Amino acid sequence: MVKKFINDRITRLLQIKALKLSFTLILSVLYFQPAFSQESSPGDIPSDEASIAAGKATFQELCTVCHAVDKRVVGPALMNVYERRDLPWIISFVKNSQKVISSGDPYAVALYNEYNKTQMSNFDYLSDEEIINIVAYIKHETDNPATPQAAASEDAAAGGAEAVEQGGIPSQYLTAILAGLLVILVIILGVLMLIISVLTKYLKDKKDLDEESQELVAQKLDFGKFFTSSGFLGLMIFLFAAVAFKSVIDGLYTVGVQQNYEPTQPIAFSHALHAGEYEIDCNYCHTGVMKSKNANIPSANICMNCHGQILTESPEIAKIYKALDYDKRTQTYGPNQKPIEWVRIHNLPDLAYFNHSQHVKVGGIECQTCHGEIQEMTVVKQHANLTMGWCIDCHRQTDVNTVGNKYYDQLVELHEASNKNQLKVKDIGGLECSKCHY
Amino acid sequence: MKDSKKTYWKGLEELAQDESFKKYAQKEFPEYLPVNLQKGGFDEDEGSSSRRDFLKLMGFGVAAASLAACEAPVRKAIPYLNKPVDVDPGLANYYASTYVNGGDYCSVVVKTREGRPIKIEGNTLSPITRGGVSAQVEASVLSLYDDARLKKPFLNGKASSWEEVDKDIRGKLRSISTSGDKICLVSNTILSPTTKAVIADFQAKFPNTEHVIYDTYSAEGLKSAHQNLFGQAVVPSLDFSKAEVIVSFAADFLGTWISPIEFTKQYSQTRKLNNGKKTMSRHYHFEANLSLTGANADYRSMVKPSQEGLAVAALYNAIAKKAGAPGYNTAKVDVKFIEKAADELWAKRGRSLVVGGSNDPAVQTVIAKINDLLGNYGKTIDIETPVNFRQGSDRQMAGFINDLKGGRIGAVIFLNANPVYNHPQGSEIASGLEKIKLKVSTTDRMDETATLCDVVAPDNHYLESWNDAEPKPGHYSLAQPVIRPLFNTRQVQETLLSWAGSPQTYFDYLQDNWKTNFYQGDDTGLGFQTFWDKLLHDGVYEHEKAAIDEVSEDGVEEAFEGNSDLSGAFAAIGKNYKADNGGYELVLYQKVGLGDGSQANNPWLQEMPDPVSKATWDNYFTMSQADAEAIGVTMTPEGDTSYASLTAGGQTVKAPVLIQPGQTRGTIGLALGYGRSKAGKVADNVGANAYPLASMKDGVANYSVHSDVSIAVDAEKAKIARTQTHQTIMGRSIIQESTLPAYKKDPAAGRVYPKIATSEGFKAPGAISLWKGHEYNNHHWGLIVDMNSCTGCSACTVSCQAENNVPVVGKQEVLNRREMHWIRIDRYYTSNEPEEGLGKINKLRAMEDASDNPEVVFQPMMCQHCNNAPCETVCPVAATTHSSEGINQMTYNRCIGTRYCANNCPYKVRRFNWFKYHDNDQFADANTSMNSNLGKMVLNPDVTVRSRGVMEKCSLCVQRIQAGKLEARKENRRPVDGEITTACASACPADALLFGDMNDPNSRISKALKIKEKDKTHVEVGEPRAYHVLEELNVNPNVFYLTKIRNKDLGSEEA
Repeated sequence: MVKKFINDRITRLLQIKALKLSFTLILSVLYFQPAFSQESSPGDIPSDEASIAAGKATFQELCTVCHAVDKRVVGPALMNVYERRDLPWIISFVKNSQKVISSGDPYAVALYNEYNKTQMSNFDYLSDEEIINIVAYIKHETDNPATPQAAASEDAAAGGAEAVEQGGIPSQYLTAILAGLLVILVIILGVLMLIISVLTKYLKDKKDLDEESQELVAQKLDFGKFFTSSGFLGLMIFLFAAVAFKSVIDGLYTVGVQQNYEPTQPIAFSHALHAGEYEIDCNYCHTGVMKSKNANIPSANICMNCHGQILTESPEIAKIYKALDYDKRTQTYGPNQKPIEWVRIHNLPDLAYFNHSQHVKVGGIECQTCHGEIQEMTVVKQHANLTMGWCIDCHRQTDVNTVGNKYYDQLVELHEASNKNQLKVKDIGGLECSKCHY
Repeated sequence: MKDSKKTYWKGLEELAQDESFKKYAQKEFPEYLPVNLQKGGFDEDEGSSSRRDFLKLMGFGVAAASLAACEAPVRKAIPYLNKPVDVDPGLANYYASTYVNGGDYCSVVVKTREGRPIKIEGNTLSPITRGGVSAQVEASVLSLYDDARLKKPFLNGKASSWEEVDKDIRGKLRSISTSGDKICLVSNTILSPTTKAVIADFQAKFPNTEHVIYDTYSAEGLKSAHQNLFGQAVVPSLDFSKAEVIVSFAADFLGTWISPIEFTKQYSQTRKLNNGKKTMSRHYHFEANLSLTGANADYRSMVKPSQEGLAVAALYNAIAKKAGAPGYNTAKVDVKFIEKAADELWAKRGRSLVVGGSNDPAVQTVIAKINDLLGNYGKTIDIETPVNFRQGSDRQMAGFINDLKGGRIGAVIFLNANPVYNHPQGSEIASGLEKIKLKVSTTDRMDETATLCDVVAPDNHYLESWNDAEPKPGHYSLAQPVIRPLFNTRQVQETLLSWAGSPQTYFDYLQDNWKTNFYQGDDTGLGFQTFWDKLLHDGVYEHEKAAIDEVSEDGVEEAFEGNSDLSGAFAAIGKNYKADNGGYELVLYQKVGLGDGSQANNPWLQEMPDPVSKATWDNYFTMSQADAEAIGVTMTPEGDTSYASLTAGGQTVKAPVLIQPGQTRGTIGLALGYGRSKAGKVADNVGANAYPLASMKDGVANYSVHSDVSIAVDAEKAKIARTQTHQTIMGRSIIQESTLPAYKKDPAAGRVYPKIATSEGFKAPGAISLWKGHEYNNHHWGLIVDMNSCTGCSACTVSCQAENNVPVVGKQEVLNRREMHWIRIDRYYTSNEPEEGLGKINKLRAMEDASDNPEVVFQPMMCQHCNNAPCETVCPVAATTHSSEGINQMTYNRCIGTRYCANNCPYKVRRFNWFKYHDNDQFADANTSMNSNLGKMVLNPDVTVRSRGVMEKCSLCVQRIQAGKLEARKENRRPVDGEITTACASACPADALLFGDMNDPNSRISKALKIKEKDKTHVEVGEPRAYHVLEELNVNPNVFYLTKIRNKDLGSEEA
């Protein structure tokens, strides 16, 4: 276990290192390329705070959907972009990238090909000044890199791993302690055997022992006899049966439990990107979560709110278009619509009634409590085991979210009169059968 | 323990304590348990599995288990492509709409989930039905998902397209029209003013079109009577809520007559009693069959149909004497309570109501005149607001049939009408149709009429349609589609528009019609769209027509003067009725469940026990004990009886005989609506078709036969699947009742207070207990059943079935006592216990006399949610447990099917799944809602579909409670009283069921029970009428019953 953990950690660190390395390589390539082609002077980029602030606002409003300053997202990282290209090029590219590409500009064509021919949206409504402000903001970010938040997010994985370690005894010490204990045990065993052999030798030399005692002394450890003795065999059979029984029972308990179920979905939708990176509120897509039993798998029209404009060339988005029979050129919907068949991950049996709004709206429970760190999942997997024991455990431990809810006022009063503990879900019938089964 | 002198019995077998009854009385389950049906049903040697079978099964089991363990199946989640704004998966939407089936009307609210209608609720905004529903209305949602519905139009027997059908029909209609031949549109009552406008447009396009309207149960007599007396051929509005004395001559106004939901609402208002209100209406009923309404009467008297006219005449003469109006001589007839009724009617002039179910214009004329003499017009009867529920004209229909037979008609279009089945002259219509050039039906299935037509242009179900309705002048109601048409069907109105050459959709037509004719502009200036949206939201609309009232009132006064001579009517009565008719007489009636048979293919209605006979899946001859004995029929509690053949008017019908207490001697009852041959797999060949036994007499339909009726027993044995006499009450005082005068003296009259013996003498059952009780901090749900207002209509049973995915088990399984209804309505007959001094023979004779015309009590029975629940203690796996809100919970997936709980339940409300009722071919023909993809759309997704081998029972609609609580929590508040209610309580048209939180001191239930104090072990109730069934067991239920109070004179023991 410990070993596996350490291994995991090392591979993780290596991966991160490799990632960083490739990043630097890409960046340096991008960085050095313009150096050969042309000199650009960043002199006319403003550096006053007002421009930077204005640029930041526009950047966050329009660009962050696809770009970041310090890393490659949908589009390239924009760090040092003003050094790679001159301002007029940037302005014309932002306003109408397709025009620049079709003009045969080699840099633009290369960029276009590098990013799977994903076309950048046109921002022709932005004024030159606004685009320059954006560049000013990028320059500001480039010159003052690694704000604490950015660093944190980049090293999230590594940081997370460390955080876990801090919780208990560091694992390497644990190994050392165990190894030390083992050595001590071996030494004790050696010493004991030494004592036995010395004593046996001494007793053998004694002549005044009676017969019984002599036999005892002469006795040799007969392993063959020991292994065939009924006591040993019985013990072994018992141990084997017990282990087998336990594993069968454990196995049976996992029948139908699909924890860590991580099926491939028809469309490679990433929660890590949408909920994690872009921090889109869960409610935006899962519209039922506050009012209904079902959180709702979002209907395709919700996808189209953004993807009517964004990433229109992606093969994954094309699947949505196909389902809706949507022609992106004419922006019209056809008649041959076919719903998307997602693979259902969280399967409660039909006999159990679960209501999202009760838990999320009334109970105030975070999505992550049951669904895990969904904002980090590229492919969603079942986090909890969704067994009745798991439900009940939570109902036993969770305090009722009574604050500001008149429904509970009288109940809290009655509870506090007789009990010092907080009102738990179990105290209001949360363990009763027909709260979930009817 | 037993103070009451009355004895209650569930069937004649129990009353007589015959051997077969005693044999089965102690046994909850029948002797044979035919489980292994694969091996040839009920063989003697069934169930003997061989060693090979065992090994095969075991091998398969191991293989299946290991396969199942390998990998869970991949399940798909398929979201909308474009999510409709209003639809959220998991949330129910409610739409106001209108149930219309011929002249039956109900304003409803439809619950939909993910776009599927799954439940019908009453619309409380409607001033007519006021939130009530009937079993037929509740069941109509399942008719939407009927496999027998046509999926596309048919042309000359072959599936076709709308283009082809339209082309064909337009051409033929044009040629017929130019040739001058008559085109007939045949329909039942049409309540929709816009549909009538469509028909008028059609008539304008094809001027030689006649619109023929008939009703499956005609009210022509009633209309003729008002034509005779007041010059208006109408059915007037009735208001039972203002009537203190109600006299009904065989009008089943709580069950099937004219507008039963509306009448039940009104009637139950007059039956409620509490501290503030200690008066109730008195109800006299004169009839031959024991109907639902008769079962609720305070005084019921048995009258043969051949005496009915004379009984009405006798009442008239008695009233006329008091009023000083001329009397008429008729034959004397010995009918109980006529004089008494006359006295009380006269005493409550203007606050009384006399109604009659007869379709004889003479009888109805006399009844109308009685009401007139009593000054009831303008008070309890409103002729200014005539109802539109029965617009059919028997005379017009008779003319149509004559033309049909004479070949004088060019084209017939049946607008959702099925006269070949449901008209007395159906066979004549069938043969007449052969001569017609163009025969079209718009019915939703290949029914008896449609199969004889060239073209079938199927109509949408009402839940797929736009429509409006005008149940009464000035009262409107709108129907909106709650689902897109499931099949390639088209609304009948649109079909007519299309054939008349209009390209408009019916929706546009409807909106235009409302814009021009109903929308009067509004002060808010929000325009028509707002008006329309509100209309759709409310579902109902009222439109004042004040000016017209003044004029017509004068008109009526004049008519009164002109038509007070009743000699014609009395002459007819004298001719047609006899005081002492010798032979058998036949009375055709409608059942509360199946009605006219138009929804016969609905298994919920087929399995709904008839409120009175408790029989399912059949119609039968109801006969009195004496008559049955005379023809040699006996009946066992198991339902074994004989077939009999009845011949009347040249028609012979074969059906089983059911011995019915309360059936007038010499009369035989038979229900209409059965014996369908082309309705679908559920209804076909269930029961016998009784329509051919009806006849046309003097131009009006006649549903009784007075002479030349003969009945003979067949050798063939029959079984009638009844749900009662299954379990006995063993003489316990579970029904507690009294009379109104006694109640006025002592509100606790009729109550029985059981005592138990302790070391310190006799004490109340709750005084000593092994139970520690339960603490209810949050909610404490309870239910009150007011036996005084429960009419037994069974709307709750079907409502519960729809809400809780209760399976239908079919006739054979009902016979095996395995019906699954979570709420049943126990019907007890009661008669006074014979005096002790009588000898055995005399005692039996006395009982038999009593059983001739017993009183009836209805007691809805569902899980009582005992605080000291006997079922909970015996469950070996804790599958049934108690909740912190007072509910006895049933956990299906924990249940292993020992059935200990059912054995230990004193109320016998637990239901065991003997079979897998879903996805099982064996039940595909009965349990349609769980055996086809179409039928399954009706299932409530919030309630588990139970599998074989588990117990189930009433959950107090825990899914509704949970949903209601969640809604309140989301809005940071406590639930409002009335917001959370059970399916049965919300359906009840009599408001006999009241559900609520007993922890809330302001809830209606707390106030109704007058809860004094509550602690862990009991609820101290201040309402003297409230009691627990089987209180002596100290199971301490959360369901309370209110005593039944009959409005009878003190000391009057005669029933």
